[in-house]
Parts: sequence; C-alpha cells; structure tokens
Amino acid sequence: MSAHSTTEVAGSRPALEIPDPSMAPRTARASTPALELCGLSKTFTLGAGLFKRGRTLGAVSDVSLRIPRGQVMGLVGESGCGKSTLAKMLLGLTTPSDGDVLVDGKPLRGANQKALARHIQPIFQDPYSSLNPRKRIAQIVGLPLQVHGIGTSRERAARVAETLDVVGLPRRAADQFPGQLSGGQRQRVAIARALIMRPDIVICDEPTSALDVSVQAQILNLLLDLKAEFGLTYLFISHDLAVVEHLVDRVAVMYLGRIVEEGTREQIFGSPRHPYTRALLDSALTPEPGLGVPDIGLGDAMPDPSDPPSGCAFHPRCPKAQALCRQTRPRLEDIQGDNARVACHFA
Amino acid sequence: MSRLEVNNLLEVKNLRVDLPVEAGTLHAVRGIDFHVERGEMLCLVGESGCGKSMTSLALMGLLPRKSRLSADHLQFDGIDLTTLSERRRSDLRGARMAMIFQEPMTALNPAYTLGNQLCEGLIRHRGVSRQEARERAIYLLERVGISAAKDRLNQYPHQLSGGLRQRVMIAMALMCEPDLIIADEPTTALDVTIQAQILRLLRELQQEFGTAVIFITHDLGVVARIADRVAVMYAGEVIESAPTPALYANPAHPYTRGLLSCIPAPGKTPPGSRLQAIPGVVPSLVGHVEGCAFRNRCPQAQPTCEQTPPLMSLPGDHRARCHYADRPVPVPLQPEMSS
Ligand SMILES: Nc1ncnc2c1ncn2[C@@H]1O[C@H](COP(=O)(O)OP(=O)(O)OP(=O)(O)O)[C@@H](O)[C@H]1O
Ligand SMILES: Nc1ncnc2c1ncn2[C@@H]1O[C@H](COP(=O)(O)OP(=O)(O)O)[C@@H](O)[C@H]1O
Ligand code: SF4
Ligand code: SF4
Ligand SMILES: [Mg+2]
Ligand SMILES: [Mg+2]
Repeated sequence: MSAHSTTEVAGSRPALEIPDPSMAPRTARASTPALELCGLSKTFTLGAGLFKRGRTLGAVSDVSLRIPRGQVMGLVGESGCGKSTLAKMLLGLTTPSDGDVLVDGKPLRGANQKALARHIQPIFQDPYSSLNPRKRIAQIVGLPLQVHGIGTSRERAARVAETLDVVGLPRRAADQFPGQLSGGQRQRVAIARALIMRPDIVICDEPTSALDVSVQAQILNLLLDLKAEFGLTYLFISHDLAVVEHLVDRVAVMYLGRIVEEGTREQIFGSPRHPYTRALLDSALTPEPGLGVPDIGLGDAMPDPSDPPSGCAFHPRCPKAQALCRQTRPRLEDIQGDNARVACHFA
Repeated sequence: MSRLEVNNLLEVKNLRVDLPVEAGTLHAVRGIDFHVERGEMLCLVGESGCGKSMTSLALMGLLPRKSRLSADHLQFDGIDLTTLSERRRSDLRGARMAMIFQEPMTALNPAYTLGNQLCEGLIRHRGVSRQEARERAIYLLERVGISAAKDRLNQYPHQLSGGLRQRVMIAMALMCEPDLIIADEPTTALDVTIQAQILRLLRELQQEFGTAVIFITHDLGVVARIADRVAVMYAGEVIESAPTPALYANPAHPYTRGLLSCIPAPGKTPPGSRLQAIPGVVPSLVGHVEGCAFRNRCPQAQPTCEQTPPLMSLPGDHRARCHYADRPVPVPLQPEMSS
C-alpha cells in the first residue's frame, strides 16, 4: 500500500479541486477509495525551551487506511491514543509530520480550504462548546457558505432552511441561539453545519458521547439516514463499542498512535485477533444481568506516549507477551485470505 | 414488612430538594422513596439532570448552601438525618458513610501526600495511632491493586493516572469500614478497560466487606453487571425500582422500556437498523410538573396521565410510578368488524 513515496504522490497528481456545488451527486471512480491515509504521522514536541531540546511525542505513527466510498470506518481506542489528532489531520486542522491523505485519490496536502471544506466536514463531540453562543442558528449553519462565498444571500437562506429540515430541526430554530436548544438539538445544528457544504466525507469524533442515551439513538438514526440519502462516507470515532458495532462497515483499532488491527465489523467483533482488541471487547459491558464484570486480564499500567514501551507498545499490559514482544515491534500485516490486518507476533 | 424496614440501612421517604434559580424554584428531587439494605449494591440510574447527584449530596449532607431539603423520613441506621447537628453529621460522614466522586481530584487535596489523606479520617474518627492507620492504608492500597503501596503513601495525587486515583479513592472510602459508600459516576471518565477493572474490584470488595453501596450511573450496561437492585430516576423522581434481573426482564415503566430499547444490543439489534429513540426532551424542573413527568414522551400516554401516577407495587419488590404499570393501557374501542 505504501509502495510509493509520499512526496512523489503530492507532486505528481493534480491537486484537490473544487467540485460543482450543485445538488447533483458527484461521480467518481468506484474503485478509488473516498479517503486514503498513507503512512500518516504526527509528532508533537513537548517542553522545548531556549536551552533544552524538547521530548517528542508520537501522537499518530505511520497510519495507513482506506475508506471505500459510502462506507463507515470505525476508529476505536483508549483516551489519548491519537484518534482526535488523526481526525484533525484529515480536516486540515493539523499538518501531518509525515505521510499523506488522499481524497478521491488526490492529495490533500496543498489543497485550498474551500476545496477541502467541500469534501470533508467534521462533527465533534461537544455540542455545547462547538457552537458560538452569540450567533443565531441560521448564521451558524450558513457560515461555511458565507466564508467560501457560495451563493447569494437568498440562495444561502434557502439552503439553510433546507438543511435544517434534513437534520430534523424545526424551521423556527433558525432564529434561536444555541443556549435555547437541548443537547440533541445542538448536535443536529452541528450536523447541519457539516452538511451545508454537501461534503462527501464526514469525520465524526465522538458525536454522541456528550448526549444521553435516549437522545443518542435519535442522532445515530439521523447519521444512518443521511448516509443512505447522500451516500456519505464516515470516519466514526467512538469509545462506545456497541454503537460502533451498530454503525460501521469496518473498524480500525488504535493503540498508542498505531493501528494494531483493522478489518470488517464481523471480523473485529466476531473473531478479534489482537489481544488489545479482545480486551476492549471484553470490557464492553452489555446490559445483560447475571454476567458480572469479566476479568479482562490487563494491567492498568497506562503507557506514557512520550516514552512508549519498546517493541510492541502493548507488551506491558498484554497477557500473551513474550520476550520477542519487548524487542521487536510487530508490523501491521495482512491476514492471509482475509481482507484484514493485525499487528501482533502471536495473533 | 415492618421488621424488614427497621433492618434497612437507609430509608428515604418523600425526599425533596429545591434550588432557587433565576427563573424560580428548580425542583431537582421531587419526592423520592427508596431504601438500601445492608451490604447490597443499589444502582441509581438515569439521564443527566434527573437528580442523581442531588440525591447523593442530600444523603451525605453536602448539598449546596442555598438549596432546601425536606423529607418525611430520612433515616440512616435508625438515625434521623434531617435533625442531626452539623457536627454529628460530619462525624457520621467520616466514619460510617463515604463518598467516591466522578473526578477524584475534587476529593483529593493536591498539597498532601496520599498517606496523609488516607490516614487522616481513621485517626480522627476512630482514634487509632498513625502507625496503625498507615498499616491499614498499605493493606487497602494493595487490595485495590496498587503496586509498591508503601512508596505510594509518600506520593502526591497528581503523580497518579486517573485509574490509579480512582483506586486510591476506593481505598480511602474503605479506610473506616463504612456501612455505606455512595459512588457518583466513579468510572464515567475512565477508559472502558480501566472501568471494567475498577468495577470488578469495587464489587469484590463490597461483597467481601459487606459494605452497602449506592452506585450512581447513567450506563445501563454497568448497572446490569454490578447491581443487586436498581432504582431508575426520571425528572427528579424514582419512576421504577426492582431487583436487577426483574428490571431487565420485565421493565414496567415505559421510560425504562424506552431506555433499554434505545441502546444497540449486539446480536439482537441488526447492524445499521434504526434504533428506537425516545422522542422529545425532559420537561423543565423549574416550577410545578403536572401529572406524569414522562407524559410528553410516552408512547402510551392516556388522558388519565394528566394526574400524577402513584407508585404502584408489583410482585417481587418491584415498583413503578405509572398508571398502567400493572395493567395494559385501555385500547380505544374499534368499530365492529363484519365477518
Ligand atoms: N497540541 C498538542 N501538543 C502536544 N501533545 C498533544 C497535542 N494534541 C494531542 N497531544 C497528545 O497526543 C496524544 C493523542 O491525543 P488525541 O487527542 O489525538 O487522543 P484521542 O485518542 O482523541 O483521545 P480521547 O479519547 O481522550 O479524545 C495524547 O498523548 C495527547 O496528549
Ligand atoms: N448548584 C445548582 N444550582 C442550581 N441547580 C442545580 C445545581 N446543581 C444541579 N442543579 C440542577 O438540579 C437538577 C438535578 O441535577 P443533578 O442531581 O446534578 O443531576 P444528575 O446528577 O442526575 O445529572 C438539574 O436540573 C440541574 O441542572
Ligand atoms: S506482539 Fe506480543 S505484546 Fe504485542 S499484542 Fe502480540 S503478544 Fe501481545
Ligand atoms: S403514567 Fe401515563 S404517561 Fe406516565 S408513563 Fe405511565 S402511561 Fe406513560
Ligand atoms: Mg479525542
Ligand atoms: Mg451527576
């Protein structure tokens, strides 16, 4: 997958262009994944001062993933493993330290903001802080159109009204302020703001974790409807494995900045191979009384991301770790005969 | 019946908590009844804002200053908590009731070593020597799975990860061998793998020491795995309570049924299918709530529901606050069908 060098890719292919903003569905070659990540990495420098060199923290390391058009890729892993950093690189909010993102086969590197906004939009976790409290809903939802100079003000107003309908908000919400809406309604506003640019890829970073379960179900239904209606491609980040299992086609499991396993929903949930994936699944407490809390057999020695363990980064917590695991990092290898990958010496 | 009640560790009847807010009075807890038996794990479950934390603070005597509490009956081991002096209340809190918060840093003092904080209560409330207190602290730190317990006593809270801090909080809650621990969403901020380990530990120690626990959560998965009994809260009321297996097998209140069906159940809910959401939102708790508080969202609401439903008793220690908890809703008369 990473046979080509990343700089070549950036140089030789045409840049991401601005698609036709009409409502017509866009055509693209079905074989090209909607989103492709090639060896994507992000390194942060910590505590660098005038006279000392900072330590580095590999928040995301060498991540390669392909998300086929119209599919949902789930991304799971513990807090701090790099999920949001990955999302920010896809949205152009953080520059990768290395590697490339291809949208429709074209590099995101160097693409202009407008082109990017027409392709990829985010929905973030917190419907409270992500909306400007002093702006009316219509202004919030219409802002991306205004920023990118799309349409006349009448056309923009029409598009806003239409989008509020699509996400199930009453028309009168247009004149309200975020503070007058419930958490679920605010998340609908965030979804409307993402959809107004008619993107084909939506990056959902924990879109329902700040919501109550009864409201979460409404939002998940909406995300499913929108996907079916507009043929959207999602990267869906969540720590709720039941939700992930319900929504996704494929899942990538991340540990300390690296993908440790990736496969179809059935493979990951039905026959997980990586010890970390198994532990994650065991810790998901489904509402079945009488089962108790399983012993997942993991230490809770959470690793320091700025000083990751040698070899397989999971070895200090892994119940199956051997001497080899401390010395050599397992590569993310294709599983024979399966459209799946795992990084473990003993999977 | 009456013998059992006397034996209950905690008896709560018609507990109310009111808070003055700009728009009037917010009725955070609206007349709730429940009890806790000795040594049992009772889960209080409900969505955000339903009054779980206010209930726990009312029991601990830690409500915000401006709030008003009233109750027909609020007894802890036969002691009337409503008339207790602040001093005796504080003694009780240290020695016989303990609390574990969602964010351990709200309860831990960053300026003191863990050893100091662990031992303080035991020395003050039980009059044991510092040495004895240290020994118990080391024993409990080991029991909650903390390695090198002795060295940890000299560490400060910020030197620990979130999961380790919550383990320390459990050890601290157990120091004085309390009869009751109130744990308010103690694992909500933790990763699922850490949550599973902490829950397993808490359940084990609770059973071993015979400590009663009120475990507050919004997660019905967690409840199913650890609770002996469950009380479901909605808009400041306990709307259903039952032994855990009964609640999941035969939920009697439409809200409980709604909650259980809106989480995707692996193996049962077909992937990608529509989930059964509960439409609408919780009513405002400012001012008076007329009739059943769930009426505006209930799929089977009837004209009767404009009257406040009583707490109906069902077989097997099962109660539900719904007019139709023990019978089907009336079916509107259909015109006669000709054959
Ligand atoms: N701007 C930054 N500077 C330095 N380190 C950062 C920065 N942003 C993130 N990190 C670090 O990078 C790692 C990955 O963080 P990230 O926010 O991507 O995690 P996450 O998987 O989204 O976690 P969560 O589940 O808590 O949202 C963490 O160790 C984090 O502390
Ligand atoms: N200090 C406070 N002042 C005013 N209202 C409050 C205060 N704390 C909580 N409330 C309100 O009381 C109700 C119950 O809150 P709480 O017990 O914290 O809910 P839960 O813990 O179930 O999420 C909510 O409507 C909340 O907004
Ligand atoms: S490589 Fe070794 S330590 Fe890593 S997951 Fe596999 S068995 Fe465990
Ligand atoms: S009392 Fe009426 S509105 Fe309330 S839960 Fe029962 S049926 Fe529904
Ligand atoms: Mg994040
Ligand atoms: Mg609370």
